[in-house]
Amino acid sequence: MKRSYRRIARLAACAALVIVGVAGAAVLPDDRADIFYSDYKGGGMDITGKSVLVRKKFSEAFAVEGNYFVDTVSGASVDVLSNASVIKDERKQKSLSLEYIHDKTSYNLAYTNSTERDYISNTTHFSLSQDMFGDLTTVSLGFTNSRNSIGENNGTAFKPVVQWLGHSESRSFEGGISQVVTKNLITGVTLEVITDQGLLSNPYRSIRFCSNPTGSVPCAGGFTLGSQVYPNTHTSTAVETRAKYYLPYRAAASVSYRYFSDTWGIKANTVEVGYTQPLSNLWILEARVRYYDQNHATFYSDLFPFANSQNFEARDQNLAGSTNTTVGLKATYAFLPEGWKIFKRGTVTGDVSHIHFKYNDFTDLRALDGDFTGIAGTEPNYEFNATVYQIYISMFF
Amino acid sequence: MHRVFRTALIGLALLQGACSIQPWVKPYERDRLADPIMSWDRDALSGAYIDHIYDSREGSRGATGTAGGGCGCN
Repeated sequence: MKRSYRRIARLAACAALVIVGVAGAAVLPDDRADIFYSDYKGGGMDITGKSVLVRKKFSEAFAVEGNYFVDTVSGASVDVLSNASVIKDERKQKSLSLEYIHDKTSYNLAYTNSTERDYISNTTHFSLSQDMFGDLTTVSLGFTNSRNSIGENNGTAFKPVVQWLGHSESRSFEGGISQVVTKNLITGVTLEVITDQGLLSNPYRSIRFCSNPTGSVPCAGGFTLGSQVYPNTHTSTAVETRAKYYLPYRAAASVSYRYFSDTWGIKANTVEVGYTQPLSNLWILEARVRYYDQNHATFYSDLFPFANSQNFEARDQNLAGSTNTTVGLKATYAFLPEGWKIFKRGTVTGDVSHIHFKYNDFTDLRALDGDFTGIAGTEPNYEFNATVYQIYISMFF
Repeated sequence: MHRVFRTALIGLALLQGACSIQPWVKPYERDRLADPIMSWDRDALSGAYIDHIYDSREGSRGATGTAGGGCGCN
């Protein structure tokens, strides 16, 4: 009896150790300041981004991070061009994040405000992560809540007249495990469920239907534009698994796969492979290839047969069947490897990504005449290339 | 009843076995894992920006470790 009591006590002590962990406490990353510039060109849009990020520890257990990001958008995507003029807009995003570490647990609380002329989003995020099993395993849990106000600019780019159309709310639940498998291999898996409700359609995008569906040649009379009608709820599940391996020489190879499914009938796969090669202690070179595919939403159609043919109707290119492929190259140069004054080191990074977007059932309406006459539904599928440039300087102190 | 008892015993033994697992990668063997090239996301700002580009142009979202952001509708 005494023996079994001891055994139970040992089990309980063991379980407690498993939960609390056995090695040293977690540590906060270095203080850093970043200046960031980006440029996206593609699909008729030119978006430049400028950002400043500062992260500062106020003790060994507490850090604050602030970020300010400004996107300037000019142009408009192809489906917007079919029923609206060229757009010029600016998005300003402010974030404040607090991080607190106690023993092996890290707590993060963040608030983000993003404001455009016709879209305001406020996001609150809380997450915690726990190191366990001798710091070989990190378990994290997160919750995010976003409240969005959606408007439409019925004026011009320079004289906006914004009409506020409604609101949406989004909640995200995230859980992840990162696992050290060997001294060369680390793996991870993340699951995120997001649920939205409210006004979920994009006010700048329209459906189209045949103007004269009863004719001898369907849609011979061209098409007419109409309003999109979306469900007012949406729930999605995404799971991503990834691995990174330290090669026999000083370099790393990574692979990740994400599966996505939602209540609108979209299923998507994302595969990414990456390779990281340092050169001496001054350069880190990286290359990555990403492939993505999705099928279309159940209520999506490039061309509806007649007006109000379904209760929900969409022709947003994000909901169309599509694939895209990214090839990216990145180079980081350490220009202060030995530090200078308060700075431990500094790096400058350049990143170029080329993305080819190809749609399976979203057509390019610019192939038709300007008044959208001609046989609708015979247009070629839309595809375009985008190039993303990033350059940023990071100072660590 | 015996079967339940036996299953419980096996479960307890497994739990004890799992509990006695020692970290198989010792702290002094983690220099490669601590190398910056093994970080999932060395530059969070750049990672969040790229994720935002994909989120604005694809039907899928989530499980990439970023939160918040705006519309990017146009």
